[in-house]
Amino acid sequence: MSTDALQYPTPDRDDAARERRLQEIRSQAETKGRVEAIGIRPAGAPFPSASPETGYYGLPLLKQPPWKWQIPIYFFTGGVAGSVSVIGAAARWIGQDQDLARDCRYVAAAGTALSSVLLISDLGRPARFLAMMRVVKLQSPMSVGAWTLAVFGTFSAAAAFAEMLRRHYRFLAIRFAGNVAELISALSGLPFSNYTGVLIGMSVIPVWNENVCTLPLHFGMSGLNAAVSILELLGHNNRALNTLGLGASAIETIEGIYVETERKPATQPLRRGPSGLITRLGGVLSGPIPLALRIAAAFAGRRRSRQLRRVAAASSAAGSFLTRIAWVHAGHVSAKDWGLPLQLDAAQEAGIPTRPTVGAEKPPEKAA
Amino acid sequence: MSVTITGFLTDSTVCIGCKACEVACKEWNGIREDGLNFSGNSYDNTGALGDSTWRHVKFIEGKPQPGLGGNAVEQLSWEFSSDVCKHCEVAGCLEACPTGAIVRTEFGGVFLQPDVCNGCGYCVIACPFGVVQRNEDDGRAFKCTFCYDRQKVGLKPACAQACPTESIKFGPLDRLQLDAEERVQELRARGMDDAQLYDPRDTSVGGIHAMFIVRGDPRQYNLPPKPEVPRTYLKAGWTSSAVAAGLLLFGSMLAFLGSGKQ
Repeated sequence: MSTDALQYPTPDRDDAARERRLQEIRSQAETKGRVEAIGIRPAGAPFPSASPETGYYGLPLLKQPPWKWQIPIYFFTGGVAGSVSVIGAAARWIGQDQDLARDCRYVAAAGTALSSVLLISDLGRPARFLAMMRVVKLQSPMSVGAWTLAVFGTFSAAAAFAEMLRRHYRFLAIRFAGNVAELISALSGLPFSNYTGVLIGMSVIPVWNENVCTLPLHFGMSGLNAAVSILELLGHNNRALNTLGLGASAIETIEGIYVETERKPATQPLRRGPSGLITRLGGVLSGPIPLALRIAAAFAGRRRSRQLRRVAAASSAAGSFLTRIAWVHAGHVSAKDWGLPLQLDAAQEAGIPTRPTVGAEKPPEKAA
Repeated sequence: MSVTITGFLTDSTVCIGCKACEVACKEWNGIREDGLNFSGNSYDNTGALGDSTWRHVKFIEGKPQPGLGGNAVEQLSWEFSSDVCKHCEVAGCLEACPTGAIVRTEFGGVFLQPDVCNGCGYCVIACPFGVVQRNEDDGRAFKCTFCYDRQKVGLKPACAQACPTESIKFGPLDRLQLDAEERVQELRARGMDDAQLYDPRDTSVGGIHAMFIVRGDPRQYNLPPKPEVPRTYLKAGWTSSAVAAGLLLFGSMLAFLGSGKQ
């Protein structure tokens, strides 16, 4: 056996599958007189056509994001970890809630550990993840993000470690180091909680690019919403968490309305098909539902109020998670839309078929 | 030592669709085959550029058009154009690469160093021409190298060397730009009014080092009319990010100020 066969994957040599496809095409041609399968238009002319209206046989120009399942989860964990570290610092220095601040350190450290694992495992060459540290490139959100994660991860882990040590050794130095680490973690948590919005917004994928002005804010608030919710679900009852959750849900509601009303061809995947369904589900779960529940909680009795806030928290966390999946999914759908980068969106909106035939049929008329 | 900025000028009006460039490229660069599939899209069974396709011949079949089909009037028009990485003046992939694996060579080409690439995949969604692709078996991203190795020793890129009709011209970029203008004028003088040069210099891409002479609308060659480099949106993105960070910071501070000591 040659080494080539070992190095390269076996190409598609499934003759049976190709025979089946040919059989399908032949039988369809016999019964209907024309074939709908991609690439075949025997009616009128034996060849499909390329034209300004149809692009290049309707083949997508752009490549889909090569990322796997890790990335939407990373967007979620990163958003949560970044926000939690900021909340933790505020809880310690302003809120004087040491219990909450302690848990924030642990949640941020757990989130950053998980984020790093997810991000590195999605690399094509995980062993080379340190190549990210070769350069600092301010024009590349991926580079900025990698450095932010490195700083944030280091210091949130250090803060959590100091917290653990402090329970056994009451040295001032440990406390001081822990607090400094916490502050740096919170400062780097600020961009870390939302940079993923910049990351995907600054791409050529139409649905992401179209929303580059709102995506970071959307992802940031979604992360804050989930962070607050997770802390509440861990049993923390600080009123500030509810206030933050209320604010984040309100902004998420506005974002939902914006997504629904901004009806551009590029943003279609946010409203149509499976990606539209997930976007809407995520939007409702993280926007109006927790907002209504938290408002209701303000007027309810003490026990009832706590229950309502817990439901709101669970809804927000689930909604935030779904939101990340929805946006990544929408990006894939958008990349496959061949008309957008060719600026044929208007033609598609007007309902011109993807691949009109030439010859017997008239070429599609452009919408006046 | 002075090195000239080199370029490609791919002239679809003399391309015969033989795919010698595709084969030469694969041979020289040792790229795997991309499967033996039947697309039905004319004689193009490859479809698009990708990690295993650095030269790709497009077959554009259109409505019958005198002079563009065979020698009979009712023949469909049929054109060929060999596509390649555009080696943009302002390259989206190069700017997006977080490892510095993608560099500008002394010949002006955009070169992806396979020994540095860690397969983050960000260049894939930064290329407005859909050229770069991650090889999922290998993990790294791949694209045309502009035959950097051959150019280093003074050779033509493999595709240009193999092209039997000189549809793929290779040479100093400034000279090719003049040649292109001249060629378009010549074609127009011969009655091909729709001949044009595809070189999006008025966009954020700022021109390409692999130019194309095409007939008709470039969109039927899957050439975008207005390619933009993602860096254009840098300010918009980070402004929104700063707003979100501000809301998070001041929101947290105010929320805990308002809540008082628990």
